Amino acid sequence: MTLEKHGENRFVVPIGPQHPALKEPGHFEFVVDGEIVTGASVRLGYVHRGIEKGAEDRTWTQNLYLMERICGICSHIHATAFVQGVEKLAGVEAPPRARAIREIFAELERIHSHMLWLGVAAHEGGFDALFMYSWRDREVVMDMLEMLSGNRVHYSANLIGGVKYDLTPDMMDKIREGLNYLEERLAHYLDVVNNDETFIGRTRGIGTMTREQAQLLGAVGPTARASNFAYDVRVDAPYAAYAEFPVEMVVAQEGDLHARFVVRILETMESIRVLRRIFENMPESELVTRVPRRIPAGETISRVEAPRGELFYFIASGGGEKPERVKVRTPSLCNWGTVITLAVGHKLADMPMILAGIDPCFSCNDRLVMVKRNRQDPQVWTWADLRNYGIEYYR
Amino acid sequence: MGLEVSTPWQQVLDKIRTWARVNSPWAIHFNSGSCNGCDIEILATLTPRYDVERFGIKLQGSPRHADVLICTGPVSLQAKDRLLRIYWQMPEPKFVIAVGSCGLSGGVFHGCYNIVHGIDEVLPVDVFVPGCPPRPEGIIYGVAVLLEALKSGKRPERTMTVELPAGFEMPQAEVRQ
Ligand code: SF4
Repeated sequence: MTLEKHGENRFVVPIGPQHPALKEPGHFEFVVDGEIVTGASVRLGYVHRGIEKGAEDRTWTQNLYLMERICGICSHIHATAFVQGVEKLAGVEAPPRARAIREIFAELERIHSHMLWLGVAAHEGGFDALFMYSWRDREVVMDMLEMLSGNRVHYSANLIGGVKYDLTPDMMDKIREGLNYLEERLAHYLDVVNNDETFIGRTRGIGTMTREQAQLLGAVGPTARASNFAYDVRVDAPYAAYAEFPVEMVVAQEGDLHARFVVRILETMESIRVLRRIFENMPESELVTRVPRRIPAGETISRVEAPRGELFYFIASGGGEKPERVKVRTPSLCNWGTVITLAVGHKLADMPMILAGIDPCFSCNDRLVMVKRNRQDPQVWTWADLRNYGIEYYR
Repeated sequence: MGLEVSTPWQQVLDKIRTWARVNSPWAIHFNSGSCNGCDIEILATLTPRYDVERFGIKLQGSPRHADVLICTGPVSLQAKDRLLRIYWQMPEPKFVIAVGSCGLSGGVFHGCYNIVHGIDEVLPVDVFVPGCPPRPEGIIYGVAVLLEALKSGKRPERTMTVELPAGFEMPQAEVRQ
């Protein structure tokens, strides 16, 4: 997908793959007419490793660890989606306590992911103070996850048929304490996002997406919910323990960048509330059920709500020790289409914020060539230059 | 590096350079197809809890300003050229730190068809930091090990030659008369 034919006054601005703050490298090209973006395209695939094919050479259990490493931010949720599909094929169900623990991990992960995003998005807008604060507070969640599983990033909590780690009342008390602190901080961030003048100036009315557009472009997760498109797998098709401990869906009407900030912060607060509810009524049961080593032949799908939106797995088993086919559809990919559409008509300076607004997974650092009319030498830009340009533009 | 003249003046200059480099190494980070786990931890080292800027370590956006390349991931075929280009754009002397198990050997992705299986297949690596992902303390320790080696004047031996990727020309410095 490249944009080649442009009119006389148009210039293509490629933004390429490398940035310390974002994940998954992607390459963009923006066609600009002066300051205004008139077209955009995206090219992905810099982190293509061949995981789906690799999954076919690994046993069901080995695959758990491979799937977890598709993404370092939503690691638990990938394993959960996979494990649920396999359990469905095998015709077993994880015990209630195991399902509750899966939900606990998933919600803790959502808190850490949203706080990470809040920092990164603020950084793109030039609010480095907010970046540092939210990452400092994020360490509280990381400590909880480390206490539960011994790992900061890949918790490996799931087993086929259950979970590995149990929660003791001691741990719950510690987590509660941390959650109280986080709730306070999040209230403060919500205040900043809603009332800080510069922040509003850069977010309100930028990248507005209507409900129809969201539906048409296949947006998922908080990006769609910020456009009043009420769809959340946790609510619409409860998995794990979400039927017993439901979450409330957070939606916003405006559909602009500001709404995306608000939705994610409110969602984090909702996660905290649901965690408290689980701790109060933790079901008692064993942690794993027996699962046969060979999974019966069949096909299934499995859907979960990752921090970025709906995550979809298709799993086919041939009745052996290894899967026959695993297909993964990640939420970020669904949301790319919205960026390409939303970018049109906005200023180049808004691009970093709009890109960050969908919480994308792309991280390779490309170059950006800025071609100005009447100028012979093309300037080569990095993502950092684009970010600085955006900050300077609004100074 | 052609300028191996060892006049006293040169030696003093070298000492000053090493001193500056050890006290404030600038790093560039590149993700060559990792799962982000390691990248998040690298970023975490910059944030208030670990805060490597205290030690003068600064993450840089441009390869042309960097001394150290901190690289993660099993090097996907598409990212390989990109990685080589970044390495070539860095000024000498340059050092490479490979972070994470998959940067060491392909790790969990071993056997997948689109990867090179490790950064040391492509670049000469000075320090390996194992772990999936390594803790931020581990990454900081990796940098400290490198700096320690620099301080004592031990330059790691380079036995590997790095090929310039096809279609990429190194910009030549212009000599003004
Ligand atoms: S070593 Fe592990 S955590 Fe790090 S990038 Fe590779 S898979 Fe991810």
